[in-house]
Amino acid sequence: MTTTAIPPEARNAPAAAPKRRPQREREGAAWVFLSPWVLGAIVLTLLPMAVSLYLSFTDYDLFSPPKWVGLRNYVQMFTEDPRYWRSVVTTLMYVLVAVPLQLALALVVALALKGMKRGKGFYRSAFYAPSLLGASMSIALVWRAVFNDGGTVDNLLGTGGWVNKPGWALLAVALLTAWQFGAPMVIFLAGLQQIPAELYEAAAVDGAGKWRQFLSVTVPMLSPVLFFNLVLQTIQAFQVFTPAFAVSAGKGGPADSTLVYTMYLYDRGFVASHMGYASAMAWVLLLVIGIVTAVLFRTSRSWVFYASEGDR
Amino acid sequence: MTSTTVVRKPVRWGRVALHVGCLAALLVMLYPLAWLLATSLKPADEVIASLDLLPSHLEWSNYKTALDGVNDVSIWRLLANSLLIAGGAVLGNVISCSLAAYAFARLRFRFRGPLFAFMIATIMLPHHAVLIPQYIIFNQLGLVNTYWPLILPKFLATEAFFVFLIVQFMRGLPRELEEAARIDGCGPFRSFFQVVLPLTRPALITTAIFTFIWTWNDFFTQLIYLFDPDKFTLTLALRSFVDASSTSAFGPMFALSVIALLPIVLFFLAFQRFLVEGMASSGLKG
Repeated sequence: MTTTAIPPEARNAPAAAPKRRPQREREGAAWVFLSPWVLGAIVLTLLPMAVSLYLSFTDYDLFSPPKWVGLRNYVQMFTEDPRYWRSVVTTLMYVLVAVPLQLALALVVALALKGMKRGKGFYRSAFYAPSLLGASMSIALVWRAVFNDGGTVDNLLGTGGWVNKPGWALLAVALLTAWQFGAPMVIFLAGLQQIPAELYEAAAVDGAGKWRQFLSVTVPMLSPVLFFNLVLQTIQAFQVFTPAFAVSAGKGGPADSTLVYTMYLYDRGFVASHMGYASAMAWVLLLVIGIVTAVLFRTSRSWVFYASEGDR
Repeated sequence: MTSTTVVRKPVRWGRVALHVGCLAALLVMLYPLAWLLATSLKPADEVIASLDLLPSHLEWSNYKTALDGVNDVSIWRLLANSLLIAGGAVLGNVISCSLAAYAFARLRFRFRGPLFAFMIATIMLPHHAVLIPQYIIFNQLGLVNTYWPLILPKFLATEAFFVFLIVQFMRGLPRELEEAARIDGCGPFRSFFQVVLPLTRPALITTAIFTFIWTWNDFFTQLIYLFDPDKFTLTLALRSFVDASSTSAFGPMFALSVIALLPIVLFFLAFQRFLVEGMASSGLKG
């Protein structure tokens, strides 16, 4: 069955004569296969993006027609709405704590499991389990109880309940995210396994210790995977909602300390019916995520190392 | 250092320490789950006051209360609603994402490069950028407070992550198989259904499981689209406990939480191999 020795042109030779027709047929067939995606991309992605940009310049409450107000929403957001800025700062703080913590845990566990001979499969699955359950309302409610006044963490550390303390409630939310390090861990582990053992052997021959090997072999070889995880988890963290909603009983408290960006957007749009304002917020979020992603991509040139670039 | 036993011993101790460390970390990590299970069986007065993880006696009445339902809606109704939404989403994603993925992975068409780049970019697009107009569209169509806004988008391959996942998988399949099929007279449709799709099964299973679990756990979309209590899912029913501060509601609340997590746990136990490998392959290859 192996026909790899035959060059591709030769393999196509029997079909060469009627080649034209199948080729065009394939183009048509491709669009049939793509049609659900194309429809979705237009009706549920591109069109909504354009509409939400338009609505961001209007006053709109879902019931009466949108009223053009120009930059009003943006001006109000940036200059007259302290709660907006509060939500921005809260979200940035959350991203800066949750993402590095989560990725560090993922990397440490992946490194610990890497060379393991027995039990690797078990640990991999067990450490991954919280990631699937943790996104649920059930676990968010558990989190609130465990970090509440009189909850386990209070009993253990005498914290007096983080959920009620403005400085600490956000940390509880960030810990819930960090706890779900399964997905990046599994990706790290797969990446670690693709590093050729010869590289470590060569480094050892050159007299590199474990730490030196980690810095000179593991980190550069793992950098594409690290970058992938960093981008994906950062984008996701900007959109955190459920744990903040549950921990603060849907209010973003105490003292707006867990009022993350999406929760304030939900509050403005779907509770207060200011759809125009919420659309403006959504567009700022889109721009910020776009900028952050672009910056990450730009800085990645200096630290992400693609070893296999040559053979692709 | 000539005797092998001398060398082997410290290595072994390192192994043991590694396992002890991993198990200790797991204990801490799985504590919230144990706590959830224990609390769902605790009598009301022990929920907060007691430091013990284990209840003094098993309070099955929490589950009885939970099974009675929430807001006069029976738990079977909530369960059926959750299953309907998750099942519809699975069907939609598997069909639409595999179709799009086949075109991107295997067929030639104009604008393939830019469209693929656009598809990848939508993975990074925050949901909120399209949320409000989507809501308005479904509102205009009179579909708010129905399940359509939760299911219909999945039939249009809007979850680009899965398209990407299946593309990655299909690219790894040998091209010779399709070429052989073509020589035997198969058009693109037959080679998709009869040659490529059966081989793509692992990726489709991964898509199905992730879709099920993510849809089941999804809270935000359900929160904005559904407001009739008898249309609620288990997740939304739990929301009514969000404001609850009285400890008397705690037992039944966590009993309901356990019930809501049960399908995910079962899915996880049955399919963890696909889940873990599917996730691993999404970050590799390029």
